[in-house]
Amino acid sequence: MGALAESYGRGAMTNHWIDLKNSDVILIMGSNAAENHPISFKWVTRAQERGATLIHVDPRFTRTSAKADIHAHIRSGTDIAFFGGLIRYIMENDLFFRQYVVDYTNASYIVGADYGFADGLFTGFDAEKGTYNTKKWAFAADENGMTLKDPTLNDPRCVFQLMKAHYARYDRKTVSDVTGISEEQLSTLWSAFASTGKPDRAGTILYAMGQCQHTVGVQNIRALSMIQLLLGNIGIAGGGVNALRGESNVQGTTDISLLCDNLSGYLPTPKASWATFDDYVKGTTPVDKDPKSANWWSNRGKYLASYMKSVYPTASHQDGYLWHPKVDDGKITDYSWLQIFERMSKGGFKGAFVWGQNPCAGGANAGKNRKAMETLDWMVVVNLFENESSLFWKGPGVDPAKVKTEVFFLPACMSVEKGGSIANSGRWLQWREPGPKPMGDSRSDGDIVLDLYDEIRKLYREEKGAFPEPVLALDTDYRTDGKYDHHKVAKTLNGKFLTDVTIGDKTYKAGQQVPGFAMLQADGSTTSGCWIFTGCYTDAGNMMARRDRTQTPEQAAIGLFPNWSYAWPANRRILYNRAAVDMTGKPFDPKRAVIAWNGEKWVGDVPDGGWKPGEKLPFIMIREGRGQLFGPGRVDGPFPEHYEPFESPLESHPFSKQRVNPTALAFSHEPKAVRDKRYPFICTTYRVTEQWQSGTMTRNTGWLKEMQPEGFCEISRELAKELGIANGDAVVLESLRGKVQVVAIVTPRLKPFKVMGEVMHEVGIPWQFGWGQHVGKGDSANLLSPSVGDPNTGIPETKVFMVNLRKA
Amino acid sequence: MRMPRRTFIKLASASAGALAFAGLGQSLAPTVARAAELKIAKAKVTPSVCCFCAVGCGLLVYTDTQTGRSINIEGDPDHPTNEGTLCPKGASIWQTTERSKRVTKVLYRAPGAAAWEEKSWDWALPRIARKIKETRDATFELTNDKGQTVNRTRGIASVGSAAVDNEEGWLMQAMMRALGLVYIESHARI
Repeated sequence: MGALAESYGRGAMTNHWIDLKNSDVILIMGSNAAENHPISFKWVTRAQERGATLIHVDPRFTRTSAKADIHAHIRSGTDIAFFGGLIRYIMENDLFFRQYVVDYTNASYIVGADYGFADGLFTGFDAEKGTYNTKKWAFAADENGMTLKDPTLNDPRCVFQLMKAHYARYDRKTVSDVTGISEEQLSTLWSAFASTGKPDRAGTILYAMGQCQHTVGVQNIRALSMIQLLLGNIGIAGGGVNALRGESNVQGTTDISLLCDNLSGYLPTPKASWATFDDYVKGTTPVDKDPKSANWWSNRGKYLASYMKSVYPTASHQDGYLWHPKVDDGKITDYSWLQIFERMSKGGFKGAFVWGQNPCAGGANAGKNRKAMETLDWMVVVNLFENESSLFWKGPGVDPAKVKTEVFFLPACMSVEKGGSIANSGRWLQWREPGPKPMGDSRSDGDIVLDLYDEIRKLYREEKGAFPEPVLALDTDYRTDGKYDHHKVAKTLNGKFLTDVTIGDKTYKAGQQVPGFAMLQADGSTTSGCWIFTGCYTDAGNMMARRDRTQTPEQAAIGLFPNWSYAWPANRRILYNRAAVDMTGKPFDPKRAVIAWNGEKWVGDVPDGGWKPGEKLPFIMIREGRGQLFGPGRVDGPFPEHYEPFESPLESHPFSKQRVNPTALAFSHEPKAVRDKRYPFICTTYRVTEQWQSGTMTRNTGWLKEMQPEGFCEISRELAKELGIANGDAVVLESLRGKVQVVAIVTPRLKPFKVMGEVMHEVGIPWQFGWGQHVGKGDSANLLSPSVGDPNTGIPETKVFMVNLRKA
Repeated sequence: MRMPRRTFIKLASASAGALAFAGLGQSLAPTVARAAELKIAKAKVTPSVCCFCAVGCGLLVYTDTQTGRSINIEGDPDHPTNEGTLCPKGASIWQTTERSKRVTKVLYRAPGAAAWEEKSWDWALPRIARKIKETRDATFELTNDKGQTVNRTRGIASVGSAAVDNEEGWLMQAMMRALGLVYIESHARI
């Protein structure tokens, strides 16, 4: 999500599921949508029925490949080489959408003299710290602070020319050598996708964890996002970058922020150097001089004030901010997933909560996580089922008598037993009504939080303790008749007026729900738990619960369904839709118009900002209003660059001398297998349609367990022959970190690659199985994967590492 | 023309049944139609959303009003995304809910113990609260080593969950941050 925010302004899927049907060319890369998002394929198929071309690029031939017009085997971890080659192909063959690129991207911006790139490193690198000084990558500005531009795109220091020079090295032969895709097939793939760089052609890219789970995960997605800007595919129907989110509410819980790096609504986590509310606002509010840039984050203070008032309504927003915990300045990834388990393994925590998750099977380097938990004094598990994490104290090789940890298992109820909203991948906030009662003693997570918090607060009331103010002041008035009331919290997420507020010629009374986030205030007179949701639950009712299929003819033409549920932000169904029209409000593709200016108003979708055509630039969350081909805000470089995975069959690669991402999150005391004869095979991980994530829910559901009962390893026929392995044999996979025994599936779905002139083998293993309650019956694929991660997000590189494979 | 959903279901099952069973020599259409009716006649129907992937397919949950248990869960035919269809996991949600190995009691594992003990909420919550307070009070940092105000505890971590509702997750993070946690992560990070 860090890449999409950098490129377009928001960390979210740009379009929505139904919109896939509007596409002409669909590139699925780093996703097996047919098996892992099965119902999404209904809409991919509709597009194909209209004549769309489906391309699948993946290390394996999957059910998605089976439906594709073109499938290419790619060596895991070489996506940037593939995309870099495509960027070069588009630029050199003049296949980009020039008007879009000049008007709506930063292609014309002049980059400052400090920026440079040589031998795989950008300027500003500090080798000791492994970090860049990103200030070296700033744009050049005139004396008034306006960025210098060259709309002809000819200036050698403009983004367009720097980008062209950067990717000149990504010629077809080199890309083929690195990725393992033949030159001929590369030409076919590139020409098919580049055909969407015309106003009346729409191309979309679908990705999932196959792009994210790499030490270059963010830059993978930056690369494909740049391609979509070059081709003018962002904002349009049938276009976009569609991040296929995994968990049912992974979008929503990122929005409301169960993560270390943000507060609700993408407000950066307060850090120590921002001591006061005013310091925070100053430090996080971008300033831009261009009158055409909406610079929406200039409203930052309104959203933080409204958040603080919704958490601590009895305190001023300034005091609420002072109470709020702060992280140290420096790398935010110091607080992220891999660091939590690194720190835990060294005894850094006394207690931990594990809510509906399974780090001992689903987390990278699961063996490390299992050991780490043994250092805890106490752990609280909230789940519906036992799993490898709740039972870490009696897992394979563990003597329970030696584990001091006190473990509490609190039974959560099932989704259908409770009410509330979840955000789907397309940002639709969809409402659940409670059906059956929570089974047995199980409770909703809402009840568990409120009930536990009552007990904590009771202790602080009675005994005082460390810094009790926020503990005592937190608003928990969210019950009705003694039970958690999801409507009450939903109303807070939307927000209300705390005093009478006059905006323009309208006065809102204290207690009224805020109708939209444009009405939120910076002075503490409004609440909003998550500003991007504002509008979801107003005085007109609960918009998320809407089940109305009606549409205007314009909306029906592209399947917007604006009256079904509520999409954040502002019920906008396709993000950046002002980029689907020219400066006069005329759609680039009238047959698939998302919005259009009819002379008086916008029709179609909710425009991304209601200004008249041409008044404001379309990427309103980016400081300067244009999509970012050059992205100076990521920690590992403004242009994506190919680096090898941390564990790789290659000691070097032809793009530069820099083998791996120099800024990646890695622990130097953990060795890596690089062209290591003991671990000669590339391994990737994936999921099957019948199991869910680490299998906690589905391994305990008989119908599903029967269909996919145990772990396996897919092996090419060629490698199986070499190793004397037959279909159905028990095989052992070993990495530097662990080993796991599974069943061999010998299949043509995997094929050897020719990489840098050598034959290389890749194997694949699903990560959804584990020992469960039956020690000795197989174990988790993540025992093999390493603790290395992306430097921006900390997401682990679980999609590629090196193993040995042998018959058991 | 769009038919109301229930009329559509009734008509569809009646005619499909009549065709399918025509070979038996007698029409079973009325019986089949009654069966379709029965499925929902005494049940409360509530809309829900699938708990697995983020396609967010609409569900209809049929709950027996006497037992409070669900008797059928199926795809919502009105839902614009899934149009009534579900994948194998979604189609198994009834079994996951009603006939799986769910834990429905509070469990406790004492230090060094080799097995769980069943406990009540009234026993467990005060004990957890005590652990949290002890840890928080012992590890709370008003300032960092540079002397800057930080108001945090680094003694407690929280992971999960992207499987909770927005409202629940928001309350969860508000609680964690009121306690001063900074190590808060979940599925989006892995």
